[in-house]
Amino acid sequence: MMNYGSGPAPDGAPGPAIKAEDLAVVRGPRTVLKGLHFEVPRGQITGLLGPSGCGKSTLMRAVVGTQAKVTGTLEVLGEPAGSAPLRSRIGYVTQAPSVYLDLTVRQNLDYFATILMPGRGYADLRHDYVRRAIADVDLETHRDALAGNLSGGQLSRVSLAVALLGTPELLVLDEPTVGLDPVLRRDLWQLFHDIAGRGTTILVSSHVMDEAERCHRLLLMREGEILAGGTSRPEAGGDTPEALRRRMDTETVEAAFLRLVDEATAHETSSKESSR
Amino acid sequence: MNTSRTLATAARVLRQLRHDPRSIALMILVPCVMLLLLRYVFDGSPRVFDNIGASLLGIFPLITMFLVTSISTLRERTSGTLERLLAMPLGKADLILGYALAFGTLAIVQSLLATGLALWALGLDVVGSPWLLLLVALLDALLGTALGLFVSAFAASEFQAVQFMPAVIFPQLLLCGLFTARENMQPVLEKLSNVLPMSYAVDGMSEVLQHTDVTADFIRDILIVALCALAVLGLGAATLRRRTA
Repeated sequence: MMNYGSGPAPDGAPGPAIKAEDLAVVRGPRTVLKGLHFEVPRGQITGLLGPSGCGKSTLMRAVVGTQAKVTGTLEVLGEPAGSAPLRSRIGYVTQAPSVYLDLTVRQNLDYFATILMPGRGYADLRHDYVRRAIADVDLETHRDALAGNLSGGQLSRVSLAVALLGTPELLVLDEPTVGLDPVLRRDLWQLFHDIAGRGTTILVSSHVMDEAERCHRLLLMREGEILAGGTSRPEAGGDTPEALRRRMDTETVEAAFLRLVDEATAHETSSKESSR
Repeated sequence: MNTSRTLATAARVLRQLRHDPRSIALMILVPCVMLLLLRYVFDGSPRVFDNIGASLLGIFPLITMFLVTSISTLRERTSGTLERLLAMPLGKADLILGYALAFGTLAIVQSLLATGLALWALGLDVVGSPWLLLLVALLDALLGTALGLFVSAFAASEFQAVQFMPAVIFPQLLLCGLFTARENMQPVLEKLSNVLPMSYAVDGMSEVLQHTDVTADFIRDILIVALCALAVLGLGAATLRRRTA
């Protein structure tokens, strides 16, 4: 078993889970990500927060390697993002649940488990993976239900269960709690913390700022740029929710974020005026 | 390429279909009903039934598989499952062959029933071996799967995907020699029909209809259909991108 605790991993690969330098993405006429620099540490929950449309999903797609036209450097688990060996090491949950509605929960998981770990020799292991993933998302009673008959919250948990198969080293979760009731949201965050406790790195996006408080580290985004976080350097004030609140002198991360947005807007306006 | 991933994909596609018995029933029964209808439409002229019936045995699997493949792969694209699969260690060939295998199996069942019904119940008069009819039908199904996979890349919705059926299939249907011999067509159309794969599917069926043994023309026809199917499958594979905008 690998240990991704605070120290370097025993294989001598200390580095961050994700490291971006000058990362940019162009979609059509728009530059969605504008030369980002950030790091995501291993074994922790990093929250990617920002308003809808600020580039969170694009950033996540770049990390899992499904985004086209990515420039700059993006290293994931020590390999260039999107390289073939990473495909079995990353679990990815898209915003909309991506499972087969005309299969049961277990049939969905069985199929994706086979893609991850093919071959008859692994049948027992696969069975074990599927059972554990279903238990993790608390869907044991719905194992044999057709995915299309599940509620929205249950369906997004099936999608999450697929990403949990095979204990990936990095979990990329795109707004996994959107539209869920408070109880379910609390349970899911508990699950994320359990998973991170087992050594998995989690990058989770949300546009609900109260979820920021539940993350170890923060990465605040606005209009394709990083407003705060993404570096563990103490001189930058750290990037834990607590450090951010302290630095911005606010009660909540939400207030800190709003203050940062106001500052950035003021800065933009003043620099526009001075350039006239 | 990985055999167990391919087989798992084929099994998954069939399992999805199993949850939709109405579609299976339609796929399998509609060709039989059409043949039955045709038999009595041409009640007075059995020769015409022989000609058209044999051609249709090749055309049905092509159309059915075109439709089911284009809709299923479009669903994969729009539901996000394709993105998920391509972010996982799945080869594009595994996915495509999985689909071809699943729908090929279905095509065999469909063709067995339709051919059996036509030959033994409706008195379709075929000189050659029924196995050759089945072989052509299977290749046609593969061609339909390939075409469906390819056009699904250009359809943004299921609505558009269905509209590709008349756009891609109907011109071939008109030009394949089903309604009149290809050499009687206006020369430009005849040349056009020479480059459309369905023409060779129908030619192949006519060869079986008229000859006891495997003719050189038959071999040429089925080779052309098979190569077209492979080429279009290759094009379809190129439309599966791991990285998308």
